[in-house]
Amino acid sequence: MLEVKGLSVQYGKHRAVDDAALSVATSEIVVILGANGAGKSSLLKAVAGLQPPGTGARVALDDRELVGLQPHQIVEAGLALVPEGRGIFGELTVRENLLLGAFARRARADEANNRHRVLALFPRLAERLDQTARTMSGGEQQMVAIGRALMSAPKMLLLDEPSLGLSPLLSSELFRALGRIRQDGIGVLLVEQNARKSLAIADRGYLIENGRIVGAGRAAELASDPAVQRAYLGGAR
Amino acid sequence: MSALLEVTNLSRRFGGLLAVDALGFSVAAGEIVGLLGPNGSGKTTVLNLLSGVLRPDSGTVAFRGHAIAGKPAHRIARLGMARTFQLVRPLASLSCRDNVLTGLAFGRRNAWGTAARTDADALLDRVGLGRAREALPGELTYIDQKRLELARALALDPELLLLDEWLAGLNPTELEEGIGLIRGLSGQGITILLVEHVMDAIRSLCHRCLVMNTGRLIASGLPTEVLADAEVIRAYLGDETDA
Repeated sequence: MLEVKGLSVQYGKHRAVDDAALSVATSEIVVILGANGAGKSSLLKAVAGLQPPGTGARVALDDRELVGLQPHQIVEAGLALVPEGRGIFGELTVRENLLLGAFARRARADEANNRHRVLALFPRLAERLDQTARTMSGGEQQMVAIGRALMSAPKMLLLDEPSLGLSPLLSSELFRALGRIRQDGIGVLLVEQNARKSLAIADRGYLIENGRIVGAGRAAELASDPAVQRAYLGGAR
Repeated sequence: MSALLEVTNLSRRFGGLLAVDALGFSVAAGEIVGLLGPNGSGKTTVLNLLSGVLRPDSGTVAFRGHAIAGKPAHRIARLGMARTFQLVRPLASLSCRDNVLTGLAFGRRNAWGTAARTDADALLDRVGLGRAREALPGELTYIDQKRLELARALALDPELLLLDEWLAGLNPTELEEGIGLIRGLSGQGITILLVEHVMDAIRSLCHRCLVMNTGRLIASGLPTEVLADAEVIRAYLGDETDA
């Protein structure tokens, strides 16, 4: 279980995340909804150790304190982030990108198994194992980024806008895949603009506005909340 | 209506992969045309072939009557075609204003000095970046970087604008603004070819859609027609159409 308390992210004078608290249980999908610039990505980055989380912050994964650990140590502790903009190794093949995902000590023994799971999740990658990643389409690169994170055998998977650039069919498949990842006992924390599809599979959600968490609830309740509909689901359909 | 862009038999291969396969279509002046298709179907490659980022293996592209297939990107840009990139490509060490100024100075406008500065600021205002003129691109959020990408493209004073998933990642409010912005560009006479997965945007913006799969055109027509097409649903939309 992931527990975050008192987390703030500051860029110079600008406070991007202000005293955030949230939790994600194993086998739970939690979605963070909010406008662009609300602080969602900063929050994920701070949890993953890519931004200092401010003084007094507590980030614990199964009661292990993550604050102060280097990002690679956080991966080793069982938390992986799929960053915005993918961050894949463009000059390496799909196979090599996935292999690097399994570099964490925790993931080495089970590398072959995890690769099978990733390729079952994204059959397109199985067809393209030897392709140089930068020559793939945007959506395919997104699959590589998600696959690479899964290769680190995480207990907790953080995803920053995973459906960005995916076709309607693929993004539906992605959300179904997240459901299967949850069944494997992995906790999932995602930031997503596709509020409709993400609330449909999530267990719970948080709303973030100007860096502050301003609401939380069961996904089904949020999906039917008029304020949430207005802000995140667009016009009635 | 005369064809502003006429593409015939366009093909491009990457090693063993035929990314674009004998593609033919045309875009009339004033149209907003959507280019749809599954991930990896060749949409971005088409934009790269049109804008001169990549050279086609075969086929012709006529833009405003000029044969441009295989011509370098800067010549195509000066003929009046501009584009945005899916993963933004700002000049990282220049301010937002200077990024736009670069387009004004070295594009077909050849604008410089105070007038260009005024124009650059107006373009930044137009895309909603008026508050970030002096900011470096790296200080912007992802979405604001995409706004900058559009301002830079507009600085080239294009007749044809190619947008590669420019609306992706916007929340409903921002999406409405974005759609309004594109409609406004169209209203001022810019022809638009957009690659997009956001169906709400496709439905409300596009006069016509082209759908690709594995490098080939599998459907074209009104948005309502192509989105109801059985093969498009099978290859692209799946059982849900609410992306």
